[in-house]
Amino acid sequence: MSTARRTEAVPLLPDRFLRWFAGRGWTPRAHQLELLSLAKADKDALLIAPTGAGKTLAGFLPTLVELAESPRGDNPGIHTLYVSPLKALAVDVARNLERPVAEMGLNIRIEGRTGDTPASRRQRQKREPPDILLTTPEQLALLIGDPGASRLFETVRRVVVDELHALAPTKRGDQLALALARIRALAPDLVMAGLSATVKGPEELRRWLVDPRRGAAMAELVEIKDGAAPDITIHATDERLPWSGHTARHAIPEIYEAIKRHKTTLLFANTRAQAEMTFQELWKVNEDTLPIALHHGSLDVGQRRRVEAAMGEGRLKAVVATSTLDLGIDWGDVDLVVHIGSPKGSSRLLQRTGRANHRLDEPSKALMVPANRFEVIECEAAREAALAGEQDAETVKPGGLDVLAQHVLGVACGGPFDADALYSEVTSASPYAALDRATFDDVVEFVATGGYSLRSYERYAKIRQTQDGLWRVANPGVAQRWRMNIGTIIEAVSYKVRLGKVRRAAGGVVGKANFGGRVLGEIEEYFVATMSPGDTFMFGGEILRYEALIENEIYVSRSSSEAPKVPTYVGGRMPLTTDVAARVRAILDAPETWDTLPTQVREWLTYQAERSVIPDRNRLLVETFPRAGKHFLVTYPFEGRLAHQTLGMLLTRRLERAHARPMGFVASDYALAIWGLSDMSAMLDGDLLSLDGLFDQDMLGDDLEAWMADSALMKRTFRNCAIIGGLIDRNVVGAARKMGRQITMSTDLIYDVLRRHEPGHVLLRAARADAARGLIDLERVVEFLDRTKGRIEHRALDRVSPLAVPILLEVGREPVYGAFQDMLLKEAAETLVEEAMGPR
Amino acid sequence: MILSAVLRRDIVEPTISVAGVALVADVAGALYEPSSSALIVADLHLEKGSSYARRGQFLPPYDTATTLGRLAQLIDTYRPRAVIALGDSFHDRAAPARLNEADRVSLAALQNGRDWIWVAGNHDPEPPAGCGGESLAVMSLGALTLRHEPSAGAQGELAGHLHPVAKIEVRGRRLRRRCFATDGARVVLPAFGAYAGGLNVRDAAFGSLFRPGALTAWMLGEEGVYAIPTHGLRPD
Repeated sequence: MSTARRTEAVPLLPDRFLRWFAGRGWTPRAHQLELLSLAKADKDALLIAPTGAGKTLAGFLPTLVELAESPRGDNPGIHTLYVSPLKALAVDVARNLERPVAEMGLNIRIEGRTGDTPASRRQRQKREPPDILLTTPEQLALLIGDPGASRLFETVRRVVVDELHALAPTKRGDQLALALARIRALAPDLVMAGLSATVKGPEELRRWLVDPRRGAAMAELVEIKDGAAPDITIHATDERLPWSGHTARHAIPEIYEAIKRHKTTLLFANTRAQAEMTFQELWKVNEDTLPIALHHGSLDVGQRRRVEAAMGEGRLKAVVATSTLDLGIDWGDVDLVVHIGSPKGSSRLLQRTGRANHRLDEPSKALMVPANRFEVIECEAAREAALAGEQDAETVKPGGLDVLAQHVLGVACGGPFDADALYSEVTSASPYAALDRATFDDVVEFVATGGYSLRSYERYAKIRQTQDGLWRVANPGVAQRWRMNIGTIIEAVSYKVRLGKVRRAAGGVVGKANFGGRVLGEIEEYFVATMSPGDTFMFGGEILRYEALIENEIYVSRSSSEAPKVPTYVGGRMPLTTDVAARVRAILDAPETWDTLPTQVREWLTYQAERSVIPDRNRLLVETFPRAGKHFLVTYPFEGRLAHQTLGMLLTRRLERAHARPMGFVASDYALAIWGLSDMSAMLDGDLLSLDGLFDQDMLGDDLEAWMADSALMKRTFRNCAIIGGLIDRNVVGAARKMGRQITMSTDLIYDVLRRHEPGHVLLRAARADAARGLIDLERVVEFLDRTKGRIEHRALDRVSPLAVPILLEVGREPVYGAFQDMLLKEAAETLVEEAMGPR
Repeated sequence: MILSAVLRRDIVEPTISVAGVALVADVAGALYEPSSSALIVADLHLEKGSSYARRGQFLPPYDTATTLGRLAQLIDTYRPRAVIALGDSFHDRAAPARLNEADRVSLAALQNGRDWIWVAGNHDPEPPAGCGGESLAVMSLGALTLRHEPSAGAQGELAGHLHPVAKIEVRGRRLRRRCFATDGARVVLPAFGAYAGGLNVRDAAFGSLFRPGALTAWMLGEEGVYAIPTHGLRPD
């Protein structure tokens, strides 16, 4: 902090604030004063700071000063809104704020409002609002739709958005941006402050915070550079490094030793399954019975709160966690962060590593444990990127039309609206800046009557334009139903996991449970769908036996089985980021740098260079070879699993047309392997197949369309848009679980019908936009095809190449595709009939 | 189980035998009885979309057109003398009145020149006003009894109501499809309607109709119908 700035800024702070800082042995930090002076000048601001820099206090200081200096009258209304992505963070911040407020003797009322706030208090908050209201995007959206919204928000002077980097790129961010645009219209004087971790492109967040119609196109930027560079080691092993998989089992003894050497260790896994496995393996070697706990989103809430409390009190030696602990909350004295598997991107690596050691001037310490050979290179790439201070680009995408639909109805619930004014307001929110008027009108039509060209629902309209030109809700029931359906988070359908015995009737029909025991937590439907009764799996650190699914609960018993049937492929949900992928390609392509890699990895790559070729960073390697009676085509785009899956779907279609008789494919973060019955090496040699043709960008035309028509990923994406957009009710989806997935099927059926009859429908546009960014990662496929056009290098081999081994080990875990389904049905029919009817 | 075949569009359609009557199981989810030239479908749930719209959920208003379009294809293929809809043909009592003009015209065209029977269902217990055809509570077709809700212990019964789907696992992969559920004495037909969901044949509702182990699910693939015996079927 510069002396000059301090002297010029100190007068900003009233005496009792200076005394309070001094009393605690603190001096106000430069960024805190800078935010204060920006607020005094009515300027919106973005504060970018690493963990532990006193971000929250900086965000609230302007509010506290203003409230201290100019006392307000009776029931003056909300002064400051604080929005955080996590309920728990709102609670945490309330606690942290109350202390300075009490110690300085300020007369400021601070209250939280989350989904857990009792109805009576929520009512009171509307009558007698606190000075500072701490809340979540969903609660804010609900208040927007309240008829008292304008009275409630007209007094707001200041909005603080926490963890903006995490919110802005999501649908919750879209929802919040729209709500804030509304609040700005009601409270024209308000000033915004965003708090964010270090990001690659602060400009996007700066735009997110302002209303360009009011002047500045971007918020002012206040940035604190990261403190000491983190100390990141990559685990080296003498054990045999696994070829594939995500368990890191080989490294458990050394991780355990590291835990013993440190005060408190936080272990991050990428998936729940990986966390369970790590926890289980650690306890197998936990001879000192160290207090090691487990924390992930599926565990019972009470259990999670107990772990968090124990951690806060310093009673734990280690916690194995998933991304549920990525954000916000203060975790006390963590001095080591262990990353199980690759964190997949440098921002995640930096943010998670930052959980260790909350002081800026000391390096945070992290240990990365690659779970397989490829991950060794990936961890190296991620470390390089992190040490270079590189951040992953997570761009703010155009706002979702489904979210806009929910918002439009919410606005109508709050009071009549004028379409022109609302359009102007909506496009003042940066995610919707490029929204054209025709699309906006489509969304309004969708909200009103479904937006179909066959206008058969006019008489059931939810909102109607009245004679004065304003849109109004048709009846009070509409608002009531809207309130039930608010939000942009679609929980995966999940089942309660309950200990209990099940009665079986003849014929394998499952009857009611004889008794129900304790609920252990919740488990996602897709996971249940992979299990059959009798299978064992790991949950909450125990091995459980799946007994039955009854209504919306799965019944389990404790199992003495040694080896659970854990889902081996719930693979990293987040794909490898573009930047780390580029670094992986660069490392591979520079053999002179391999001496930093472990011997086993170096040998593996050297074999690859001898037997095939090392992928050139600017070219695409395609290998074809026979194996076990099938013919393989393996390629290495390094674009992440989701993009590879999409590519696999599209290539398989084309290979089918070229009579290569493809049977299936499997995708990893690095590679894609397709296998079939025809000899693809010979086909390529005889010009029956051309790689340039196969990888031509025109696959993004008809092939993509045809595939999307039938894609389970598209259907799931559509379902989410349908719920958020208000096409179907959330509670209908919930109630349907009892009926055995009837409604899950129905949104698929709705998708089929809509796609056939109205392919340009606003909800399909929303789903396509989501899918392109999300589950099918189309953007990366597009970039990849462009980048590698005319740069394909083919190797016809007589056997599997060393680099292809990891991906081939994933074979057998892949999803079924298209016409192959009928082959499976036929096979099942034949083999099962044979079993049942054949000779003994 | 008799696996004889009728040729259609180069695709093998299997035959389900019920109480000695051979029925062609079409991949679209309909049965065809050749001797009386009758096409049998269940649970069309016409106007389910507009039924939801009354409650503020604006499902695409094309379900009736889609369902009738699929029915038209079948009629074009088999040229049946009679079409029998096994109840819940309309999603609710007011549904017939909500049919739009275009759908009304295509329905009439389908009915033209053949017998058309609406068997009553729990969603549509009254004859559908203005929708042509003949309405019956239960009907007989040779040795077969056709009704909406399957009854316990019936012999030679064709019914709907339950919307059967079956789930299997092959080589670690799972498929869930609409199906015909049969034990040789009866068939429960899959729901034909565009917006009709499904109920797993392992559900208790089927357990009271079929003797343990006797149920075979004829699952609808993209190209054919495949018979899977009880021990291959999985609960949800």
